[in-house]
Amino acid sequence: MSALVVQFLNGLASASALFLVACGLSIIFGVSRIVNFAHGSFYMLGAYLAWTLTRGLGWVGYGPLGFWGGILIAALIVGLIGVLIELVLLRRIYQAPELFQLLATFGVVLVVQDLAMAIWGAQDLLGPRAPGLRGAFDVMGQRFPEYEMLLILIGPIVLGLLWLLFNRTRWGTLVRAATADREMVAALGVDQRKLFTSVFFVGTFLAALGGGLQLPREPVQLHMDMAIIADAFVVVVVGGMGSVGGAYLAALLIAQLQAFMLLVPDFEIAGLTISIARMTLIPSFLVMAVVLILRPYGLLGKAPSHARTQASVEPVVRATPPILAKLGFASVAAMILLPLIADEYGLMVATEILIFVLMAASLHFMMGPGGMASFGHAAYFGLGAYGAALAAKHFNAPMEAGLVAGPVLAALGGILFGWFCVRLSGVYLAMLTLAFAQIVWSIAFQWVAVTGGDNGVLGVWPSIGKTGFFYLSLAFAVIGVLLLRRAIYSPFGYALRGARDSALRADAIGIDVKRVQWAAFAIAASFAGSAGALFAYFKGSVFPTYAAIPKSVDALMMVLLGGVQTISGPLVGAIVYMGLHEQLVRVTELWRLVLGIAIIALVLAFPQGIAGFAAKRFAKEDGA
Amino acid sequence: MSVLSVRGLRKSFGGVEAVAGVDFDVTAGEMLALIGPNGAGKTTCFNMLMGQLTPDSGTVSFDGADITGLPPRAIWRRGVGRTFQITATFASMTVAENVKTALMSHRGDLGRFFARATALHKDDAIALLDQVGMADQRDRACGVLAYGDLKRVELAVALANSPRLLLMDEPTAGMAPQERVALMELTRQLARARDIAVLFTEHDMDVVFGQADRVIVLNRGKLIAQGTPPEVRAHKAVRDVYLGAGTTSGGH
Ligand SMILES: Nc1ncnc2c1ncn2[C@@H]1O[C@H](COP(=O)(O)OP(=O)(O)O)[C@@H](O)[C@H]1O
Ligand SMILES: [Mg+2]
Repeated sequence: MSALVVQFLNGLASASALFLVACGLSIIFGVSRIVNFAHGSFYMLGAYLAWTLTRGLGWVGYGPLGFWGGILIAALIVGLIGVLIELVLLRRIYQAPELFQLLATFGVVLVVQDLAMAIWGAQDLLGPRAPGLRGAFDVMGQRFPEYEMLLILIGPIVLGLLWLLFNRTRWGTLVRAATADREMVAALGVDQRKLFTSVFFVGTFLAALGGGLQLPREPVQLHMDMAIIADAFVVVVVGGMGSVGGAYLAALLIAQLQAFMLLVPDFEIAGLTISIARMTLIPSFLVMAVVLILRPYGLLGKAPSHARTQASVEPVVRATPPILAKLGFASVAAMILLPLIADEYGLMVATEILIFVLMAASLHFMMGPGGMASFGHAAYFGLGAYGAALAAKHFNAPMEAGLVAGPVLAALGGILFGWFCVRLSGVYLAMLTLAFAQIVWSIAFQWVAVTGGDNGVLGVWPSIGKTGFFYLSLAFAVIGVLLLRRAIYSPFGYALRGARDSALRADAIGIDVKRVQWAAFAIAASFAGSAGALFAYFKGSVFPTYAAIPKSVDALMMVLLGGVQTISGPLVGAIVYMGLHEQLVRVTELWRLVLGIAIIALVLAFPQGIAGFAAKRFAKEDGA
Repeated sequence: MSVLSVRGLRKSFGGVEAVAGVDFDVTAGEMLALIGPNGAGKTTCFNMLMGQLTPDSGTVSFDGADITGLPPRAIWRRGVGRTFQITATFASMTVAENVKTALMSHRGDLGRFFARATALHKDDAIALLDQVGMADQRDRACGVLAYGDLKRVELAVALANSPRLLLMDEPTAGMAPQERVALMELTRQLARARDIAVLFTEHDMDVVFGQADRVIVLNRGKLIAQGTPPEVRAHKAVRDVYLGAGTTSGGH
């Protein structure tokens, strides 16, 4: 009994931390419609800065003033950093497609990661304990830390303050009005710029505060950003985008579930130890699943009043021009001859590029014709890799079987996750795909008994030599791309594009929009899975990072670089991006920083996408 | 024999009864106009007939079978075509591809992943486009068409499943006056020739009184009159609504 009460209190304390981060994300989204990927980075920065300041403010002693002052000042500084980013970056891209906004904020994530690494180093930093709150309460015979008790209070206090801010101030009224109907507020002549900037300040301040308050609870480290952002996305989706109350409710629900999961003892199924207690993302998944079935726009969310008018009309997919077809044949022929001239390193690079060509083509299939932007495509790549690796490790499966097991596992994942994802669209869908990818990552990371956790699965070697494997990858890439291309020109492809262009019309001519999209989701997942399986044998090992967010972004970059509109675009994008990536990692330690800046610069230079830019420049008379 | 039969149809949004108990029938080959001022509930009515909205109560029967609450795709498969007040076409496809997609759906091709869509139903698509006078524009992208042309493409798409009932919500909105009459004239010929029941809403009274066989008048969610065009034109309540006895702000 007392254990239950303590878990309940633990849940409340975690909910507060989660709420601080998620509500900022939700408010920013509500007003600016920007999904701020960098929100977790602000949380992390808040923690790092607070770590420094609580020590650096030594002149006020290590007492309460130094501690609380440090956390507050850190949060204020991060808030100002947020303002700077809003002014320099976001302000220029409010009109850009949602995906580009997400990408730009992801650029910020990369930059912050490398900067934090450079400033604070890679080791975990232990924070100070809160002065005056080092003791513990006695809760029915169990010890419960005073600091946790304080955290429990902070959540509702911040919720209350936000409520006052939103309901008792003119600023709050404007924020609420803008969340409900942005166009209307603009039409009424409100200075949107100031509103957006101030909202961004509040949001980032809250995130950093959440980070700083973690100091006494857990060490500060470089993975904090990605760890929290997935949870925060889930909270925001479950609570309803833009709803602060919903965010608290969702944080409470998820944190409580996570707390009580810890009490579930390990059990065994077919000799596999299943440790529910360690799968901390599973409860988030379950809550999200149930909520999205019952209330697609979250507990307290409303359906978006008017779907964002995407100005771009997708061009007509025409038959491949003969010259492009010839170019395709020529490059395949050149690839076949490559082993004659390339050295081993060159062959390895080419193999890797081929694998990612397949990955990019699969993402393009669901993003372009499917109109479903996935921010978590690495989930299926990772599932494919693990499918192959686990078959090899646990069942001694030969490579041929592994190359089947990978895509099958990925397809199953696509079928499961896709069922939920197709219920949403646009940026909601993108957030959900990301959350699912984090779940796959966390299973790979946390289910050590099966996946080896962080150490990965080693010794997944191909049964053929390097040249042979190159040809295998070539075959997979060429056949995969041709199959996907064929599907785009097939009746199914028309149904899919129809569902994207006008769900209303598609439904009115007998197309089951969700089913078609679901099928496309699963197909894309299985092709990504075969790329992942190949990659497992290529590297000889599989790690959780295969399913991590940066891999998803890699795939996204390839597709966006080449252009969503054309079928050949992603192929070119994969080749260019992989080539650049390869070189970057070779020449600099700070490749994330450079890549992040490159992404930001790209988005700023081509806010409508490179393909959109090209289309404008080379606009044909038909507009096609 | 009535193709469509509507009984006691109701729908409210919040506190507002958009459609407040409506009954009517449409028979095969008949052009029935549903008129009424803006906000009378016409579009809401259409959306319930085609399954985009679920009625609060009431029944919709098509060919004697209850189709109330079925999703649009199921209703379409039974043989109901629809055009929208704001045109809904596939902008990334050519005119011919729009019609072909509807044909492929009708003939159960859409589950095929490896067939080449270009080869399918080409002649049928052109034949349909020919009927609405759009065959010569078949290779243009729908995203760049003039509005009036889009309406015609929608009509061709709606005809692709050889429907027994056509639902047309403001089919001529946004068209030039001569074009309007021409489009509805065309619709009427098609309806006669193929014995299709047509229910349409329309603001242009020349079109309504020129093309409809029968007219029903909706105001504030209720049917206030029905009959032949001359009967409705002479109806007291209709004159009040349209000529303004101070009750509503009328349509055009
Ligand atoms: N989705 C909706 N939510 C709330 N009210 C609606 C909705 N759709 C229509 N209405 C209201 O129902 C009434 C009828 O609208 P509508 O059917 O569009 O009329 P019409 O097509 O005759 O102009 C109007 O008062 C309108 O404001
Ligand atoms: Mg209407």
